[in-house]
Amino acid sequence: MQRIQPESISEIVETVRSCAEARRPLAIEGSGSKSGLGRPVDAEAMLSLRGLSGIRVYQPDELVLTAWSGTPMREIWDALAEKRQHLAFEPAASTLYGSGNDAGTIGGVLAGNLSGPRRPSAGAARDHFLGFSAVNGLGEEFKAGGKVVKNVTGYDLPKLLAGSMGTLAVMLEVTVKVLPAPEKQRTVMMPVSDVVAGHRCLITQLQEAFEIDGAAFLPASVAARSSVDLVRARGSALALMRLTGSPVSVADRCAALRAAVGSPTEELHSARSQALWSEINEVAALLPAELTALWRLSVPPASGAKIAAELGEGGDWLMDWGGGRLWIARRNATVEDTALVRKVVEALGGHATLVRGPEHLRKAIDVFPMEAPPSLLQRMKAAFDPHGILNPGRLYRDW
Amino acid sequence: MLTMPALDEEAISAREQVAADLARLVAPASVIAAPAALKAYESDGLTAYRQPPLVAALPGNTAEVAAVLRYCHERKLKVVPRGSGTSLSGGALPLADGVLLGLGKLNRILEIDYDNRCAIVQPGVPNLAISHAVAERGFYYAPDPSSQIACSIGGNVAENSGGVHCLKYGLTTNNLLGLEVVLMDGDVMRVGGRHFDAAGYDLMGILTGSEGLLGVVTEVTVRLLRRPPTARALLAGFASNEAAGEAVAAIIAAGIIPAGMEMMDRPAVAAVEDFVHAGYPLEAEGLLIVELDGTVAEVDELMGHVQAIAQQKGATSLRVSQSEQERLTFWAGRKAAFPAVGRISPDYYCMDGTIPRSKLPLVLNRMAEMSQRFGLRVANVFHAGDGNLHPLILYDANKAGDLERAEQFGAEILKLCVEVGGVLTGEHGVGVEKRDLMPTMFSEVDLAQQMRLKCAFDPEQLLNPGKVFPTLHRCAELGAMHVSGGKLPFPDLPRF
Ligand SMILES: Cc1cc2nc3c(=O)[nH]c(=O)nc-3n(C[C@H](O)[C@H](O)[C@H](O)COP(=O)(O)OP(=O)(O)OC[C@H]3O[C@@H](n4cnc5c(N)ncnc54)[C@H](O)[C@@H]3O)c2cc1C
Repeated sequence: MQRIQPESISEIVETVRSCAEARRPLAIEGSGSKSGLGRPVDAEAMLSLRGLSGIRVYQPDELVLTAWSGTPMREIWDALAEKRQHLAFEPAASTLYGSGNDAGTIGGVLAGNLSGPRRPSAGAARDHFLGFSAVNGLGEEFKAGGKVVKNVTGYDLPKLLAGSMGTLAVMLEVTVKVLPAPEKQRTVMMPVSDVVAGHRCLITQLQEAFEIDGAAFLPASVAARSSVDLVRARGSALALMRLTGSPVSVADRCAALRAAVGSPTEELHSARSQALWSEINEVAALLPAELTALWRLSVPPASGAKIAAELGEGGDWLMDWGGGRLWIARRNATVEDTALVRKVVEALGGHATLVRGPEHLRKAIDVFPMEAPPSLLQRMKAAFDPHGILNPGRLYRDW
Repeated sequence: MLTMPALDEEAISAREQVAADLARLVAPASVIAAPAALKAYESDGLTAYRQPPLVAALPGNTAEVAAVLRYCHERKLKVVPRGSGTSLSGGALPLADGVLLGLGKLNRILEIDYDNRCAIVQPGVPNLAISHAVAERGFYYAPDPSSQIACSIGGNVAENSGGVHCLKYGLTTNNLLGLEVVLMDGDVMRVGGRHFDAAGYDLMGILTGSEGLLGVVTEVTVRLLRRPPTARALLAGFASNEAAGEAVAAIIAAGIIPAGMEMMDRPAVAAVEDFVHAGYPLEAEGLLIVELDGTVAEVDELMGHVQAIAQQKGATSLRVSQSEQERLTFWAGRKAAFPAVGRISPDYYCMDGTIPRSKLPLVLNRMAEMSQRFGLRVANVFHAGDGNLHPLILYDANKAGDLERAEQFGAEILKLCVEVGGVLTGEHGVGVEKRDLMPTMFSEVDLAQQMRLKCAFDPEQLLNPGKVFPTLHRCAELGAMHVSGGKLPFPDLPRF
């Protein structure tokens, strides 16, 4: 595959325009850290955004950051940490979606709408994506959204680009909302007999006013793989609830939460709590090194335990978002197993994405399910990329 | 003068037939064709524009909505959806040749699901009714537009409405899980559900804030939040708007995101105090309301920080609410700001731009100059935390030329917002009001891209035409179809 790595906007525009004219499909990537996510793209040329890098404007007290799409996440995290801010949607430094241990680029995180454990309380990547400039499939540069935190001028195209996996436009510059990072965190850890008990605890406490901003369940076999001593040492399945905020507030809520839970609990403080939630966010370390097929499910939170019981064969799975997200490793990487997973999920409402699996399977199935009439999705694609040259097939089959 | 899409004379002459046809699709009493009765729908909250619709249809369920849209699609009739008609941008302004589709009869709360922390409601349910329905269990629906007693959740979705608490809790779009939508051709589509986020294209994200141009919302699944144990508000007066603005920046720089942070200028304070008697300091040039919520310990701690910051920035008066009653009184003034201004002027025109907060002093000074130049007074209320300005321009519609001057003044303010790096609208939508200003913010290519997306949903542009986009292009002209070598790239796509 021919690799094109432009250093300027005009080169990017020119590359896309010439591909559009020649009807030549073009694979799009940031740093390639998520190359295993989605269906394989059939293209002779690949446009890398790695050369389009750097933070353009960062105004901590306006709560916005504007960067070129190819800016490494590390650079963004570092800049934010210096001002004690963060991306509240908690994108992971995950190695799940590709090879190597590169955390990827801001453009890639947004294109995948990748969010971490804080998603239910703070929103997803899409909720923090304020505006962009991009090149559509005709090689036209356009912009949408804005550079302020509140804006309803025109269609909310940032929402649409979030999760579009590079199939609608090549993002150039992106503006995201940033927020003060919480000063402290603690995790309340409750050993439980099984998923039903653990899940029930999460569902119950999430309905109280503790402002839990991480609610996960780990089966015993998964907890045993944790790098955090107290988690590993428990030898039991665990319900985990994270509290973040000012020291006074965290201590206060932690005590109240433990009292409300009733049964014996332990507390994990700063570094341990942080390490644990990084593992939950990044997933890989908690699951076997060799993964045949890994599914990411988004389901009604109250259905989490039921779905885990039906699909969590072998115990290699974990639950986040209070039951709303399941990561499930499956032994069989087959079309039939895909159908089975989707049937269970769709019966309860929600969707299943194959986030890691062999190329032949990713080619054979819809890695991302279609959630709207295919003809409408296809017309939306055509509105941005009428010749179908941008990442064809990566998100939806055939186009 | 506002130009609307070319009139469909055929539709106008077929009015009685259309009414009769619609009466077979919805309950006959739910079709309104009498001119006197249609007057009730002639405008929304932007009362400067009035136009009775061809007919109004008030469907009672999704199937009826679908039937009406299918019929209009077949007859190529324009349709304007309407919730409660409180839009401040003319989004629900009827068309003389179009059917007004009122969603008010779809007003039931269908299900409350605490385990999944969501509620499923019909679009005509008033925003506040959701919070009321779940209050006994300590829950609420977070976005709280000041119009929340009246405005419908469907209208909120269409406008992506905000409220004074959206700094911390987000706009409508951040508080939705699912939608049922009827497309212009009558197809019913569900997006999302009780789970988070789309797997691919975020249809809910794009439908929210689409101002009724992409589809008609017939069911909404909203997230429910647990009400924080306590909330307290601080009322702080400052000798200048600059000082108040600096206090806002310093609070955020200190890592505090208040539940709400509102600002009013002296004219707004005077109008409100006279109306509500909230105890606002009349001598303040800039008044801040800062609300903090959370546990008692947390609120006490943060309130200490916020008070210290306000003092350091030279607050001339400081009051912290000592009871829930007092907190509500602080807010009562702010929430009544629009009607309060309505009392001191025969008419007022509410603007809604957003700016980077650091530009506030510049924008307020330029606005004061404009006020002189146009000879019209202006009062400012301001969602200070997120930079969303609501200048209220005072005018008298009975005075020749006043309305035109108010509109020009408003347009200049919005252009200024864009000039300093902000946007035309923070929460009220573009509608007809800001439609012709869109080119100050977007290039032709930007707008064509948005319009092509519209074409993907509604190729004949029958749904709420004349709103949002300054010029209507036929979809085929927008370059949405690029024929290469006689072959279309997606041969199986229905053509527009
Ligand atoms: C006094 C006052 C205070 C206000 N305060 C605020 C505020 O604080 N924050 C804020 O954001 N707004 C505010 N608004 C503006 C307004 O209340 C909101 O825009 C509200 O969401 C409109 O809801 P509605 O039901 O009245 O919609 P309508 O005015 O009936 O319609 C608004 C738009 O939505 C479309 N629409 C309505 N229902 C549907 C549906 N079911 N499907 C598809 N499209 C639909 C219409 O076509 C139109 O384009 C205020 C208005 C007033 C009068």
